[in-house]
Amino acid sequence: MSIDKNTVKHISKLARISLDKKKVDDLSKDLTSIIRFIENLNKLNTDKVNPLTSIIDASLKSRSDEVKDGKIREQILKNSPENNGKFFVVPKVIE
Amino acid sequence: MSNISEFSLTKIVDGIKKKDFSSEEVTKSFIEKSKNSKALNSYITECFDYALKSAKNFDKKKDTKGLLSGVPLAVKDLFCTKNVKTTAGSKILYNFVPTYESTVTKNLWSQGAFLLGKLNCDEFAMGSSNETSFFGKVLNPYGKELVPGGSSGGSASALAAGLTPATIGTDTGGSIRQPASFTGTVGLKPTYGRCSRWGIVAFASSLDQAGPMTKNVEDSALLLQAMSGYDPKDSTSIDTKVDDYTSKLTEKVKGLKIGIPKEYRVENMPKEIDEIWKKGIDYLKDAGAIIKNISLPHTKYALPAYYIVAPAEASSNLARYDGVKYGHRAKGKNLIEMYENTRSEGFGDEVKRRILIGTYVLSSGYYDAYYLKAQKVRQLIKNDFDKSFADVDSILTPSTPSSAFKTGAKTDDPVSMYLNDIFTVPVNLSGLPAISIPAGYDKNNLPLGLQLIGKAFDEQTILNLSLAIEKRANFKKNFKVWWR
Repeated sequence: MSIDKNTVKHISKLARISLDKKKVDDLSKDLTSIIRFIENLNKLNTDKVNPLTSIIDASLKSRSDEVKDGKIREQILKNSPENNGKFFVVPKVIE
Repeated sequence: MSNISEFSLTKIVDGIKKKDFSSEEVTKSFIEKSKNSKALNSYITECFDYALKSAKNFDKKKDTKGLLSGVPLAVKDLFCTKNVKTTAGSKILYNFVPTYESTVTKNLWSQGAFLLGKLNCDEFAMGSSNETSFFGKVLNPYGKELVPGGSSGGSASALAAGLTPATIGTDTGGSIRQPASFTGTVGLKPTYGRCSRWGIVAFASSLDQAGPMTKNVEDSALLLQAMSGYDPKDSTSIDTKVDDYTSKLTEKVKGLKIGIPKEYRVENMPKEIDEIWKKGIDYLKDAGAIIKNISLPHTKYALPAYYIVAPAEASSNLARYDGVKYGHRAKGKNLIEMYENTRSEGFGDEVKRRILIGTYVLSSGYYDAYYLKAQKVRQLIKNDFDKSFADVDSILTPSTPSSAFKTGAKTDDPVSMYLNDIFTVPVNLSGLPAISIPAGYDKNNLPLGLQLIGKAFDEQTILNLSLAIEKRANFKKNFKVWWR
């Protein structure tokens, strides 16, 4: 399978990464070579194999449902490019 | 004492304890060397003032209860460090200052160590040559045209050059072991779940694991012990006993069974890699281990499966970089355009490639063909190991299919770069522990490493076998200092 330019544009839209024309061309070539490499897996029949779900045989631990932290709004906002002291600020969404 | 920076971590810990030298003397020695070694570009952030202050404070109290009392340590810039910039080698996090500390670094500090600096790495740990960092490529002490390997390339380079007594890296597909092999150092990837992933910038969550990078095997045991342990904040960290690796460390490996997998003898592998592998077999035989030929038939499918699983998880993990919560933000006419421009400007080429591959294999209609298929193959690879480990205690392979290569040699062809990790990736897919130890040199005087793979949570056995090899290989670093 090759990844043509339209597919690159489609997935870059899904991934929210804008690309100029040259990047689309380069990525079409790179991603095609990577996908061809990946498709070596098709040589292997896996019809009767169950997919791996966990690499370590351990079940998740449960814990009591209690609040142990919180009230750290200042810390959470500290690294934001723009905030108003209470919330993150983003470009206007609703007209 | 001017040569402290050449000492092993263990020797430094002991020396401080016995008052042969002070923490300040140790710290000054590493700071001085680091300042004179900028050409290697191994640091992203220097914390020299903080380190010196910490050393002086330590010397006043001399509390030597911790495993790493009074020791300055530089760490890979993928570990979040409270109030110290953490970039993951990316423009998108160029100004990110965490308000919290990763569990693994917290463990080191609670054992008496303190931060010396943050070390360069491939962007988001994606790369095998440390050429994808936004902060520039790192060079290998073994030659100014050579890569140090990746993604923990800054860690490996700084360690080999004596800029830090030891360091920690992360390994998703070989990012500790391959750079260790390229720089003649010891790198260990613990069992998945041995160390907490909390506070480590995530790449591929089912594969990522932090581990020690050290000058020798003894140091590896010590640092592993200091950083390991269950953490309620990482639900995949395992609540199982952490061995006292140091006191149990022994080169007595008589009777242990070592598997030699025929599938690791790959096409076009340099003769020298095969020879170092044979030497490793001889060393272990000499130590009384029993060598057994084994087969891991699905080995060749590991790398293609990895390049589905890792990008898929990465595309999901890296969705958080949106210019809203932290890091770089670009301008845009509306919210969507702001997202798209931020991510376009903030991520480098390799990261974009992987996000897009991951997005593609997870996109509607392709899930079964790619991701599900890869998870089935992953099961087969794990089964191969499970079967072998019913019969052997450890598996010996080369660490890498070549020695360190030249900068720029593989940057135009992503797949040729990926092939570097052919021997290291199967271990991550199966969650097993593995170590790379320097075992000799090729004809160009570049270090070559051997890899020992262990059973889950049996880091002790591979450390012991490594010690047996280390004693026999008698590896000594032999680069000439060209960078100062």
